[in-house]
Amino acid sequence: MKFQAIQGEGWLLTKAEQLINWGRSRSPWPFPYGTACCGIELMCALASGYDMARFGAERVAFTPRQCDVLIEAGTITKKMVPVLKRIYAQMAEPKWVIAVGACACSGGVFRTYSTQQGIGSVIPVDIYIPGCPPRPEGILYALLKLIDKIEADHPLYKQRPKLIEALEAYK
Amino acid sequence: MSLKDRVADILGKDLVALNEFRGDLCIEVPKGRIVQVLAKLKEEGGFDFLSDLFGVDNLDLYAKAAKKKKKSQEESEDTGETKGKESVQPRFEVIYLLLSLSTNERLQVMVRVPEDDLELPTVTGLWKAANWPEREVFDMFGIRFKGHPNLRRLLMWDEFQDHPLRKDYPLEGKGEERHLNYDIA
Repeated sequence: MKFQAIQGEGWLLTKAEQLINWGRSRSPWPFPYGTACCGIELMCALASGYDMARFGAERVAFTPRQCDVLIEAGTITKKMVPVLKRIYAQMAEPKWVIAVGACACSGGVFRTYSTQQGIGSVIPVDIYIPGCPPRPEGILYALLKLIDKIEADHPLYKQRPKLIEALEAYK
Repeated sequence: MSLKDRVADILGKDLVALNEFRGDLCIEVPKGRIVQVLAKLKEEGGFDFLSDLFGVDNLDLYAKAAKKKKKSQEESEDTGETKGKESVQPRFEVIYLLLSLSTNERLQVMVRVPEDDLELPTVTGLWKAANWPEREVFDMFGIRFKGHPNLRRLLMWDEFQDHPLRKDYPLEGKGEERHLNYDIA
């Protein structure tokens, strides 16, 4: 984020998009959707040893209404797919999804009648982490990648015509 | 008196076959008498604990064995020998694993279930622990348990049509998907 100080102390000049991205990228609160052994690695990444809170994943939200990043760690059975869809639908925009581990990415070793072959066919996924299970470093790396992605985003792009219209009214 | 003799003594005529392998005793009993047999083993044999209950599908096993037998029969016909009538084994088995908590003895009780009569009486009256395993066997093999208090699918969802542990069900499924319609209040 680029700031420019003008007219001494107390004033900073920046773009609205950059300000929004700054806020979003520094507080990606996770929703821990741990369904298998990847969930253990996720717990490890969240706990004091690796401390995911260093990168803004400060508070683990156990309600989808109060989180930004759905971290899907583990196997998703076909029986569970409607639940996952509903959890994702309950999250408020903006929302992102990280698929942790082979099972969440592609079904992993469970190429069977009961396992969803990757959650990418059910909900949109931003970051895929390979591994069975991935190490906590992998999960932290994915979070950093997600932060990069958030910072490169243009949150006001769709609202641009409306904003221009609103600004025109002040002229 | 060894466990083998005791079991033979308790069951008498109900004992169809008895097999011992490395100290594990496995007995086969007739399908129609399963509840009476298990009740006798519980009351007189002291097997007061049902560890598990599960099904087996022997579809390929017996098909292969029949083929092999036919082949060997053809060979033996050349020498002029004739064998008895070929016995067709029922496709499914249900196995009850019993444990005696007082003597720490284990017993496998097997009952064969033919494909055209997929019904067994429930043993939930003897052991409440049979409730979920019987639901699982129904879910996976389609064997119905008569008199079961709540015979619904245990692992797959209710709308699922097939019985996935049957050998003729493809491993990767038939493309079933679960859909839920939530009530929007």
